[in-house]
Amino acid sequence: MFYREAGDFKTSYASDQQTFPIKLDRYFVWGVLAIAFLVIPFVINDYWEKSVLVPFLVWAMAALGLNILTGYCGQVSLGTGGFMAVGAYACYKLMVAFPEMNMFLVVILAGLITAMVGIAFGLPSLRIKGFYLAVATLAAQFFLVWLFNKVPWFYNYSASGQISAPERTVFDIAVTGPNAPPWATYLFCLILVVVFAYVARNLTRGRTGRSWMAIRDMDIAAEIIGVPPLQAKLSAFAISSFYIGMSGAMFFAIYLGSAEPTEAFGIDKSFLVLFMVIVGGLGSILGSFLGAAFMILIPVLLKNIMVGVLGWPADLAAHIEFLLIGALIMIFLIAEPHGLAQLWRVTKEKLRLWPFPH
Amino acid sequence: MKFKAITAALVTAGVLATSAPAALADLVFPMLSYRTGPYGPNGTEFADGYADYFTLLNERDGGIGGVKVATPECETAYNTQKGVECYESTKGDGALVYQPLSTGITYQLIPKATADGIPIHSMGYGRTSAANGKVFSHVFNYPGNYWDAASIIVKHLSDVSDGDLKGKKITLVYHNSAYGKEPIRTLEELAKKHGYELSLLPVDHPGQEQKSQWLQIRRDRPDFVMMWGWGVMNQVAIKEATNIRFPMDKFVGVWWSGSENDVMPAGDAANGYKAVTFHGVGDDYPVFADIKKHVQDAGKAAGDGSNVGSVLYNRGMYAAMLAAEAAATAQKMHDTQEITAAQMRDGMENLKIDAARLEALGLPGFAPEINVSCADHGGPGLGAIQQWDAKAKEWKLITEFTGSDREVIDPLIAEDSAAFAAENKIEERDCS
Amino acid sequence: MSPDFLNLIEVILNGLMAGIMYALVALGFVLIFKASGIFNYAQGVMALFAALTLVGFQTGQVPFAHLINAIFGTNVHHWGDGMNTFLAILLTMGVMILFAWLVERFVLKHLVNQEPIILFMATIGLAFFMEGFGDLMWGADIKNMDVGLPSGGSFWWEDVTKTWAAEGAEYYGMYIDVLDVWAAGIAILLVIALTLFSQYTKTGRALRAVADDHQAALTVGISLRSIWVVVWSIAGFVALVAGIMWGSKSGVQFSLSLIALKALPVLILGGFTSIPGAIIGGLIIGVGEKLFEYTIGGMIGGATENWFAYVLALFFLMFRPQGLFGERIIERV
Repeated sequence: MFYREAGDFKTSYASDQQTFPIKLDRYFVWGVLAIAFLVIPFVINDYWEKSVLVPFLVWAMAALGLNILTGYCGQVSLGTGGFMAVGAYACYKLMVAFPEMNMFLVVILAGLITAMVGIAFGLPSLRIKGFYLAVATLAAQFFLVWLFNKVPWFYNYSASGQISAPERTVFDIAVTGPNAPPWATYLFCLILVVVFAYVARNLTRGRTGRSWMAIRDMDIAAEIIGVPPLQAKLSAFAISSFYIGMSGAMFFAIYLGSAEPTEAFGIDKSFLVLFMVIVGGLGSILGSFLGAAFMILIPVLLKNIMVGVLGWPADLAAHIEFLLIGALIMIFLIAEPHGLAQLWRVTKEKLRLWPFPH
Repeated sequence: MKFKAITAALVTAGVLATSAPAALADLVFPMLSYRTGPYGPNGTEFADGYADYFTLLNERDGGIGGVKVATPECETAYNTQKGVECYESTKGDGALVYQPLSTGITYQLIPKATADGIPIHSMGYGRTSAANGKVFSHVFNYPGNYWDAASIIVKHLSDVSDGDLKGKKITLVYHNSAYGKEPIRTLEELAKKHGYELSLLPVDHPGQEQKSQWLQIRRDRPDFVMMWGWGVMNQVAIKEATNIRFPMDKFVGVWWSGSENDVMPAGDAANGYKAVTFHGVGDDYPVFADIKKHVQDAGKAAGDGSNVGSVLYNRGMYAAMLAAEAAATAQKMHDTQEITAAQMRDGMENLKIDAARLEALGLPGFAPEINVSCADHGGPGLGAIQQWDAKAKEWKLITEFTGSDREVIDPLIAEDSAAFAAENKIEERDCS
Repeated sequence: MSPDFLNLIEVILNGLMAGIMYALVALGFVLIFKASGIFNYAQGVMALFAALTLVGFQTGQVPFAHLINAIFGTNVHHWGDGMNTFLAILLTMGVMILFAWLVERFVLKHLVNQEPIILFMATIGLAFFMEGFGDLMWGADIKNMDVGLPSGGSFWWEDVTKTWAAEGAEYYGMYIDVLDVWAAGIAILLVIALTLFSQYTKTGRALRAVADDHQAALTVGISLRSIWVVVWSIAGFVALVAGIMWGSKSGVQFSLSLIALKALPVLILGGFTSIPGAIIGGLIIGVGEKLFEYTIGGMIGGATENWFAYVLALFFLMFRPQGLFGERIIERV
């Protein structure tokens, strides 16, 4: 009734192959984008920017990246934090070395640098599989963080090893530093995330994405039908790292404004992104967004309800928050092991039949 | 439909959450505390002390200058992102001053809070060069910083070696992070001056395995070991030191490595361990009687009320006391009871606490005198050495509060703050 | 012998000891993975929880005291002086068995036949849950673990080794922590007990059958669910042992749950499915990282152990992708 896939006739290949072939999906996406671009920038304030929207976008970018690697290509990675650190430090060095450079370019270049590092650490994936591969990426995680902590060149020889983002602009509007208006940082992140989510969606629908999925489902079989594993796995590592690098750059420059490797890019970040991808749904672009929303917003929400609304002591609330998040994750997995994205699919299914399910 | 229901719940709760107001006309001192995570045990004590002192003011004096104090608490778990969220969610309620309680959050907030015009008080942590008030207008780190601590420890070591450190070997065991790396430059400068030999041993977070480091110490036989640790690293280091039978009175920690938590797991063997501190220890001050009467016995103690009188509790209480005094100063200066963050900043900049005032507050001799000025946000930079008595299970001050080596530290502060000013295009304020 | 050479031996010896400590944590992972194919992220938190519970019983804490006080306005904290260590260990074991039963009943039962990564995720949820639950139940402060195990450097060994050094050389003797020796002994006992249990008891044989093939085990009448309870209980016991050992070093606190990170390279190196693998993997990692830190670490700034453990594991994996003792991965199309 509300969600119809039928009756949507296509008369050209172009319209049949567009990103969202179903009319309702398209309207929905346009609607969300319209709100995101035309409404939110006018009502956003500091709290929503720094606590909700920008972190959500930054983590959604990271989750997109990891989903490409883990969800589409089936390679488990726990090196996300390390790759984010590469992006952040590349971004920092670029910002300091080329103060006039457009921030969009800086972030994308940081992503490209991370992609190269990602390929290097992706090489063992040709031989090691499954959970065992996690070790290769964990080596990346710990080694990269150690490196950025140890080599003073990366943090420009500052006394404590902290890096701080100086003020940089896009078209004369500050997007980093303390004086950046909330709407500017939000739009900056939004544009990057939307553009690259679009790219990711089309990548995964195309030849590259299909070769990844073939590798994920069974790499030997994929090899036999002519999918080159070297190319497929390394391209997944490269593109995934590219996204994660950009997210790291945004995390440092736009969101936090300062970072130190051990705290900001620790192993817990790697796990956090992996949780997002699994909770959201492996192999789903939408799932990356839902997972990021779940892992970022639920804790804020629980805290606000328990401390702000119910007025519990903060320490009890903090412990109960852990307990509830854990319980929620388990409940979600039991209810729907394929993630929030699958719940969405089920909802669509229901809406299609409603109100006459039989 | 489950998803819809969840979305709906999210949206309504989100709206609720952002519109929860603090009672108006209160003086708001937000607490960015951490009671969970790897550093939770330490954060809990500090937070309890901070909250209890304000509760005491409310109960005993009816607040500060007749205005009640509110201390909305926000859990950061020592995590920078949560710290950001906490800052943003509380700053709209008229927050007067922030105590970020973590190096990462402090660094993150320095530019942000300065832009928002809210002062930060990073008491004995955070960015050391923030002591230069000409560059850091809204950041205060009185009464002391890490470089003071390093210098005071070196001075103490020199005292116990009859004033001569030439040729002595000193090893620094440090948390491999921005925090732990802070004292290195100062110690290197001091090494040039005093002629001791410095070696560095980093320990990665969390620091549960320190065998390599302590085997190294056992082989090198340094004359003294210094520690810049936090969390589980402290307990393990002290335990390992007792295991290799390093003489504990030659092992000195910074003030974040000198709480009851750190020495208790090592038991009696930890007897004699030293740490530098910038305030008194124990609960032998008149103010604790008031806390017992007005806070604990009234059932209003923060947390589970078991930490009163511990080192970190005292530190939290001291932080609250300094904030309350600064607020009172601001009230006098601006002749208004309900001060703003900008006025609070002025109050902090003109904070003066002498021995008589400490006595009146029920804390005689608890801390050195404080005299903050426009140019000097770092306070007196005095510290004393405390020593652990394992039999009595208590810390004791074994030295007077002494000053640090300004000759070495002031140029370092000037250099580092100048670099920050250049990087962020900050003009030095005129403080004359 | 020259002191340098003796130092090298000392480093290796202590590396072995550290390796045993890692292996203790890794054992719990192996048990559960072998029997159910679940990579149990919560193992570290289980160690923390078990240690908290043990100390709680020992010192006579009232569980959930803080919560009770907050709700009812009471002021309870201890119900007495506590109980003796042996009884406390037994009771803790009871709690861990109850916990295993609850996990099976409320989580695992519903997730039979899911992909490994989903099960992995469920244990992450479990880890979060237990972290919050443990703190709520026993409080987040640091507690002292004292079950009467001796600790500290061994005088005897120091004196013995002092004589080994060359005449006139400045040498202070070799260092070994008595607690580590105890840990090694206990680990050996644990492995022997586990081996005997799985070889000579009915439940043990059923356990191996399940590990071998779920479906086949089901067809011969083995109850998968009760086996899982047994396995999680044993893993709970191993977690308790690990919690006691690590807790004696650092006090019982949240950071105890992070020892899982030290067990990961061990696990991967030894293979997820092999108990001897966990021990030998632990020894290799322990010696490897200590040696690297001793020889090269100092030159490149130190604190290399964390990443070197993984690089070492990675190096071994390049030659044996299933870990040293893991089951051969056979792929069929």
